[in-house]
Amino acid sequence: MTTWTSPAISSMRLERPRSLAHALDLLEADRGLTPMAGCTDLYVGIHFGSLKQRRFLDLQPLASLRKIQKRPDGTLVLGALVTYSQCLDSPLVARALPMLASAAKEIGGVQIRNRGTLGGNLGNASPAGDTLPVFLAADATVVLASARGVRRVPISQFFLGYRKTARRHNELITEIEVPPIAGKQWFRKVGTRAANAISKVVAAGVRGEGITFALGAVAPVAMRAYAAECALGSALPLSEAHRALRSEITPIDDLRSTAAYRARTACALLTQFWSETR
Amino acid sequence: MPPRPRRPRPLSVVGTSPPRLEGAAKVAGTARYVDDLEFPGLLLGRTIRSTVPRGELLGWSMGRRPRGLHVVSAADIPGRNAIALLEPDQPCLVRREIRHAAEPVLLLAHEDRDALASVAVELRERPRKAQLDVRASRSFCKEILIEKGNLSRGFARADRIVEGEYTTGHQEQLYVETQGVIAVPEKDGVTIYGSLQCPYYVQKALVELLSLPPERVRIIQVETGGGFGGKEEYPSMIAGHAALLALKSGRPVKLVYDRSEDMLATTKRHPSIVRHKTGVRRDGSLTAMQIDVLLDAGAYVTLSPVVLSRGVLHAAGPYRCEDVQILGRAAMTNTPPNGAFRGFGAPQTQFAVEVHMERIAEALGIDPLELRRRNALRPGDTTATGQRLGADCSALPCLESAVRRSRFVARRRAIEKHNAKARVSGGPLRGIGLALFFHGSGFTGAGEVKLASRAALELTPTGARILVASTEIGQGTRTILSQIVAEELGWPLSRIEVADPDTREVPDSGPTVASRTCMIVGEILRRCAQSLKRALGRMTPRQYLAKNGPLVVTEQYDRPKSMHWDDVHYRGDAYGAYGYGCDVIELEIDPVTAEVRPAEVTAVQDIGRAIHPVLAAGQIEGGTAQGIAFALAEEVVMRDGRMANAQLTNYAVPTPLDTPPMQVEILEFPYGHGPFGAKGVGEMPIDGPSPAVVNALRHAGLDIRDIPAVPERIAGLVDSMRGAAT
Ligand SMILES: Cc1cc2nc3c(=O)[nH]c(=O)nc-3n(C[C@H](O)[C@H](O)[C@H](O)COP(=O)(O)OP(=O)(O)OC[C@H]3O[C@@H](n4cnc5c(N)ncnc54)[C@H](O)[C@@H]3O)c2cc1C
Repeated sequence: MTTWTSPAISSMRLERPRSLAHALDLLEADRGLTPMAGCTDLYVGIHFGSLKQRRFLDLQPLASLRKIQKRPDGTLVLGALVTYSQCLDSPLVARALPMLASAAKEIGGVQIRNRGTLGGNLGNASPAGDTLPVFLAADATVVLASARGVRRVPISQFFLGYRKTARRHNELITEIEVPPIAGKQWFRKVGTRAANAISKVVAAGVRGEGITFALGAVAPVAMRAYAAECALGSALPLSEAHRALRSEITPIDDLRSTAAYRARTACALLTQFWSETR
Repeated sequence: MPPRPRRPRPLSVVGTSPPRLEGAAKVAGTARYVDDLEFPGLLLGRTIRSTVPRGELLGWSMGRRPRGLHVVSAADIPGRNAIALLEPDQPCLVRREIRHAAEPVLLLAHEDRDALASVAVELRERPRKAQLDVRASRSFCKEILIEKGNLSRGFARADRIVEGEYTTGHQEQLYVETQGVIAVPEKDGVTIYGSLQCPYYVQKALVELLSLPPERVRIIQVETGGGFGGKEEYPSMIAGHAALLALKSGRPVKLVYDRSEDMLATTKRHPSIVRHKTGVRRDGSLTAMQIDVLLDAGAYVTLSPVVLSRGVLHAAGPYRCEDVQILGRAAMTNTPPNGAFRGFGAPQTQFAVEVHMERIAEALGIDPLELRRRNALRPGDTTATGQRLGADCSALPCLESAVRRSRFVARRRAIEKHNAKARVSGGPLRGIGLALFFHGSGFTGAGEVKLASRAALELTPTGARILVASTEIGQGTRTILSQIVAEELGWPLSRIEVADPDTREVPDSGPTVASRTCMIVGEILRRCAQSLKRALGRMTPRQYLAKNGPLVVTEQYDRPKSMHWDDVHYRGDAYGAYGYGCDVIELEIDPVTAEVRPAEVTAVQDIGRAIHPVLAAGQIEGGTAQGIAFALAEEVVMRDGRMANAQLTNYAVPTPLDTPPMQVEILEFPYGHGPFGAKGVGEMPIDGPSPAVVNALRHAGLDIRDIPAVPERIAGLVDSMRGAAT
């Protein structure tokens, strides 16, 4: 451990709320207060100096947001503070949303899975966030709470742009609601290595009555591939679905991969999804 | 020295695997590294670097300066503004000329980390056109020509001529602990506490930089979290920086890089372009080998001439051929200088020759295994420099053992059947590949004679204390040297202590590099133990000390009498000994993602004698994992002469989950001048995996000649192969 000779311990401030209501009051009162869950994304920003915020709201005391429940109507309710390790241990998730368990298994390493939360993954809104395609394919709803009340936003309307979400500054993500899913669920992550990897392409899909297929890291936001879904649904040849998919994604060259590889792999994943959920 | 008597008694310490001496402290977290050390009044240092790959520094300006800020520029250097190593071309701080985009220009120090970080410095740089293409560079810092026999005669005897070009990329050493030092100003000099491999290299550099006599520059190596060659030369730079700040401010200064700065600024493995033109007879025997090796040295000479030297000396692989010509050149570019990295040029050139061998077999339509059997070096054969190999030349035994253990022939047949089906079904393809390789231990040619390393043993009341500058950097130096000494003295290991490497306390046993610590320093220490034993006679250490007072026995490197080297013509005995190895790697290619997953590795390596079999196997496993990643994953993305992916997030160093199960077998063909027969083991394991991987990919149908073979680069090949099948 480094002990700096500096007298000041830190120039940052951390608020610890007593309850959800208290947390929402604190948020209401201070525009510059940033929610902090497992801190696995925030810390990277602090470390690299790219995060300018200095005041944080510690969500860890909010035990009520740590629950995984099933409502009588079959809706799976995941608290915002649910960690990936919790998802992996949960029989409810295994039964109702196995594609989330598949995603959780491949996120970070053990340490990250113990700390990182679902709310943090959504709040961070990286286009490569691994659970985002899962919730998109599941047609989930994001529950947002503020001191003024509760809003429910369909996940398809939650991501507005690169790292931009529909969450207002005074709101917390409290829960993610997943309706009952009929059909086969499918997930695959393509990362730079077997663990602690950011996705180069990530996909999740459901094939039942309807077909949903969602992708990450091929556009500024995680996205549903509606055109490709449509092509698959109308029993067009796979090549048509590939064409549709290519028309709706906008992958880029970056430090981890290339646009060409992302596009070709997105199509290959679509094929694999289709053949493995037959 | 009289020849060592054959040792009839069985060994009792050497060949066992006791817990490593500092292991418990490392596991418990009590081992103290540079960043754990505290000094009263400690300042923290920061480095301001150039931002253009080539140009002139016109000046600089600084925003608000917090009180208590110390600033050092080139004008503050009391001695010569150069990092003394092979050539004095690399400045410690830029004065005017900028040759790469991470050059140190200014140094800052402050006691508060945030205050230090808040200082805004603007450099005024006039950019000039940079040379970023090694093929276009006409500036060579070293050229080496090796000639054996007569090349045109060799080509005339050939039935076929096979040509090819093979390239490898940068690779980052990625020691777990980043570069770091603390400089403490003393009354008449400076003390450095550092994470480093070579205390005396740092001393030599600081003597010149600070214009101080050696006794006033004290270098102490503290517990070091890995090096892989990356802490051979760069510590001289960072120690120079900390020392300049400490001397100017009059306070201790800590300079520890974060991962990004470490990856951006410090040395990496030299990218290489190697061309082969080979004459072969129909039966597979090699008649002529013409090899052209080009290394990208980067912006300064650093160790490139010797990396090139090791590269060309291994370029023909462990094969016999009478007519050989090897031309090596190291070219300068405007990228951060490349330097020492485990293997030191040999992984690049042996990648090329081993992939080329596979292509030769393909061209002739013969079994690549048979091709290697026919040409592998045997005792009595000569290498490209004319070195005649002794009875410990074990290329063939390594090959045969690896083939047997991996069931290479049966697996190859099974995989071909599997692939025939997979090509139709679209399932994963498999491949199995093999590489045969060798690695010279110790400094090249006359290097060890020039180093004239010394090691010492000090008698203690209960046993003996080892005094060497050879460093423990995670590889087990302390433990194996203690085992060698204990064995020779016939004492239990617990009676041996190891002094901390501190230039005030220990003799210069040379740098901890070149797979030389066990074989060279270990042998000097064994001779120290022999002398100590003679001096003690029947007395116990306590009795001896009471009667005669303190006893320190020092011995110096003793060249094996038969060893000769001509450095001008590159002829003769390039290395005292060679280790040999053979890797077999089986892998799977996922057609969906073009990802390659190594599935099984067999590594058979002759290291003369395993002083500590568990540590030796650890070296082999670690080097193999690093070599596989060199072939498949680790890609340094250079943009405008800077590493663009200088973060662990974006540089795909492998995790344990990426590392396949390994079967390691150690063979022991003893070397007469190594301690108990030991040769080097540190570097060799990284020579074989990359060609074995690429040969396995070739077996699966992918013609790859450039690494890293990341999915982005091979997806096109994978797709067209499938397209052809369906
Ligand atoms: C080594 C490493 C490996 C990683 N691997 C992966 C991976 O494989 N896949 C992947 O998708 N991600 C990965 N990540 C990123 C990260 O772990 C995940 O995004 C994680 O889910 C973030 O959760 P957290 O609780 O730590 O978020 P935090 O860092 O606490 O917060 C992230 C963002 O969300 C906001 N936020 C958090 N909770 C709420 C809430 N309840 N309401 C409103 N806003 C909120 C925060 O203000 C912040 O902007 C990795 C990170 C690291 C450091």
